[in-house]
Amino acid sequence: MEHPILFISLILEKLGLPVPHTPVGHTLLEKLCEPYMTYTWLVMAFLIIVPKLTMGRLEIMPGKGQNFWEVVIGGLDSMFMESLEKEKVRMLYPMLATFALYIVISNLIGLIPGFMSPTSNWNITLAMTLIVWVTHHVLGFRYHGFGYLKHFCGPVAVIAPFMFVLELISNSARLLSLSIRLFGNILAKEILLTVLFMLAGAYFAPLPIMCLGTLVCLIQTAVFVLLAVAYFSEALQTEH
Amino acid sequence: MEHIHLAIVCLGAAVSIGFAGFGAGIGMGMGVGGACQGVARNPEAKGAINTTMILGMALVESIAIYGLVVALILLYANPYKAQLIG
Repeated sequence: MEHPILFISLILEKLGLPVPHTPVGHTLLEKLCEPYMTYTWLVMAFLIIVPKLTMGRLEIMPGKGQNFWEVVIGGLDSMFMESLEKEKVRMLYPMLATFALYIVISNLIGLIPGFMSPTSNWNITLAMTLIVWVTHHVLGFRYHGFGYLKHFCGPVAVIAPFMFVLELISNSARLLSLSIRLFGNILAKEILLTVLFMLAGAYFAPLPIMCLGTLVCLIQTAVFVLLAVAYFSEALQTEH
Repeated sequence: MEHIHLAIVCLGAAVSIGFAGFGAGIGMGMGVGGACQGVARNPEAKGAINTTMILGMALVESIAIYGLVVALILLYANPYKAQLIG
């Protein structure tokens, strides 16, 4: 479902660029002007510019901005430390923290009228899930060699072929479950807000859902990142 | 005749999210109940229980989300739209 007012799309239309009115555009320029692409670029610009402005130079005695970012980075670090070892956290930290910051900003941006969450589009969440899924298999093969396949074979040798097929299917289902969970939650929030706004927007009807939506945004970010960490720690652990 | 088809599609969407929410609600209630008992018996383990509960709740909730996605597909991106409208 399209949003009624998306101000970046309005600006682009004023500039004469072809903004598609279907979910997916046809030509390359239309594909680049899709709302979820433009709002992804907005989030990227936010994530590049705002830390630059608030942090400036790193100092020994942190100011307000640097203090905030140190809390964010440190909090994410201790969250990953709970289920991964130290050197693995050092290796995976940039990727996982990027996911966390990108998802939380792009979830929360949808609460502002005139903006949409890029994560309410399946293309975005499926792309992120594909990155996580491919990376955890690549890391598994790198750390265990072909012994990694033993993770999928279960404890008993007799039923190993059967277990292998089952595990393969359940592992591929992660692609669907991880991406649809984030996308469905955020899309549901946006549709609920739109419907309530159309029903009784003048009487602040969407306000309680917005409060709930803030909670959902933060929790879904935590869930995506924690599940990614769980997949990584499962792929990296030594077989038992 | 088309009106009846469209009404059945709407009914299907409502039933799908309704039953998915029914099951997921029961499941999440059991999960939260267990977590509350755990915290009441052993308040020091609150942090670990919280993290596990949120992860488990997300897994349960995804079932409801599947129902929601089916409902949304039926309503907004129906693959048989052309035949339905005729």
